[in-house]
Amino acid sequence: MGTAEPAKTPGRPGADTQVVPLRHPGRPRTEMQVVPLRHPGRWVAAAVVCLLAAMAVHSLFFSNVKRDGVTESRFEWDIINHYFFSTGVLEGLGVTLALTAVAMAGGILLGVVLSIMRLSPNPIVTGSSWVYIWFFRGTPVLVQLLFWYNAAYIFPSFTLGVPFGPALAHFNLNSWLTPFVAACLGLALNEGAYMAEIIRAGIISVDEGQTEAAQSLGMSRLQALRLIVLPQAMRVVIPPTGNETISMLKTSSLASVVVAPELLFRVEQIYAANYYVIPLLMVASLQYLWVTSVLMVGQYYLERHYARGAARQLPPTPLQRLRRWLLIRPDEHRWARLAHPKTVPLAGYPHE
Amino acid sequence: MNEVMVSAEGVRKHFGRLEVLRGIDLEVRAGEVLCMIGPSGAGKSTFLRCINHLEKIDEGRLTVDGELVGYREHSGRLYELRDREVGQRRAQIGMVFQHFNLFPHMTALENVTVGPLKVKHEDKGAATERGREMLRRVGLADKVVAYPRQLSGGQQQRVAIARALCMQPKLMLFDEPTSALDPELVSDVLDVMRSLADDGMTMVVVTHEMGFAREVGDSLVFMDEGVIVESGPPKSVLTSPRHERTQAFLSRIL
Repeated sequence: MGTAEPAKTPGRPGADTQVVPLRHPGRPRTEMQVVPLRHPGRWVAAAVVCLLAAMAVHSLFFSNVKRDGVTESRFEWDIINHYFFSTGVLEGLGVTLALTAVAMAGGILLGVVLSIMRLSPNPIVTGSSWVYIWFFRGTPVLVQLLFWYNAAYIFPSFTLGVPFGPALAHFNLNSWLTPFVAACLGLALNEGAYMAEIIRAGIISVDEGQTEAAQSLGMSRLQALRLIVLPQAMRVVIPPTGNETISMLKTSSLASVVVAPELLFRVEQIYAANYYVIPLLMVASLQYLWVTSVLMVGQYYLERHYARGAARQLPPTPLQRLRRWLLIRPDEHRWARLAHPKTVPLAGYPHE
Repeated sequence: MNEVMVSAEGVRKHFGRLEVLRGIDLEVRAGEVLCMIGPSGAGKSTFLRCINHLEKIDEGRLTVDGELVGYREHSGRLYELRDREVGQRRAQIGMVFQHFNLFPHMTALENVTVGPLKVKHEDKGAATERGREMLRRVGLADKVVAYPRQLSGGQQQRVAIARALCMQPKLMLFDEPTSALDPELVSDVLDVMRSLADDGMTMVVVTHEMGFAREVGDSLVFMDEGVIVESGPPKSVLTSPRHERTQAFLSRIL
């Protein structure tokens, strides 16, 4: 054996081979109390936030104000409540939803085509996609909306036919290009440019080996893109697309400028007649808010769907988490742990 | 003597100014297992990728089962094949990659059946049945519904082999199939490859597994700097290499 014999582990006589002692040789095995670190700063922060929240709730729902000698509730909730379900507002909301759906569907379709064009081996195709994106991202969407609204001034009629040859169909743009159509066109064409970049980012994010594996099975370039690359790109594409949808819901309010009868336009019409400006703007905001909330939930489940195979195990949904949280013992709740930090007995001694 | 499955004559390939293949002449007969060894950057993988047209060759003549790779010869001219036609030829050649390249959004069974279903337009029942059978063959009958992420590297590579086999190829290409695996998982994959060779599959294997090359290979090719330095029966090349570059390479890895 070597000259430097390591310290023998106590309680193990006869172990004369090389044994690395895990515990400190001199100390006996003990049960130790572990005191968790206290966080007084967190309690202060929580108190400040609670105070501010209480003030906001009070000002929103419980405070009154004197207007022209009459005391009334500050935010006039009765008026908000009355107009929230009024026909004009609900019709406006319907137009807003239709505008958002059409613009996003058109934008996504256009985005897929533009992004595939952008990745094409043909430089003219790539270049034209680049020019499109450059132009539509480079000019304000409000200007684009105004342009489409006034397009009938430049192109009073629109003819489908053989280039420089006979005409097949004829449209009178003055009657065809209604405010709604102009708004759809403007928003969709603009959105297409942004979606193209989002989808392109998704496509590049998929490893090239995936395309190679698909091609080695005999798939064509487009088949590989459709069956293998795009479904994987979705994971990268969906969060920003959800973002774009939520953003589009609110951007569609710009269409009020071109007198499309969407939510904000209808609300403006109502308050122009009765001067309840703030309550009606609150109505519009609350409508936008609840639709956005629904869209967020939809995005969450869509993301989960396309996370298949990307994570070993999907995290529980908020509903599953809530169910689990309700089922465990009350003293294990996070709140209970916050109030009564326990000392935890720890078996043994941490090895050195 | 069996018919020639792969034939290369003076195959050259360069990426920009870098010459990767500088005249490869080689023949693989049906049922033969050819192993290719050599230092990294020798052009082994590039040559393998040329065989199923993942890379286009710049010069020379490369045929698989008598058909030119990527081209059609007609009255003294070479016509480049369309994407679909290239696909039809690739469908007859199985390829296994170093990094598996399984489709992560599909289960093992979906991975092995997507080719037969979407490329060969086979009946779903038949394709599924053969998919299960192939997964059983590579020892993964219980992993049919697992996603690639839930499998170990060795299991993933065996699914990748099953995926290639499901296309019922006449030739299998292996691009360093065990190089990305933990040492204890290598033997599972090599066992599957060995049983394939025993069944008479024609295989071209780029590998660093000298034991596999010696036992399973019918012939061995040592490549360096884009040329074939030495070739012959594996045992003689491995035990008594004639060329000094081969000797130097083998002395470093054995």
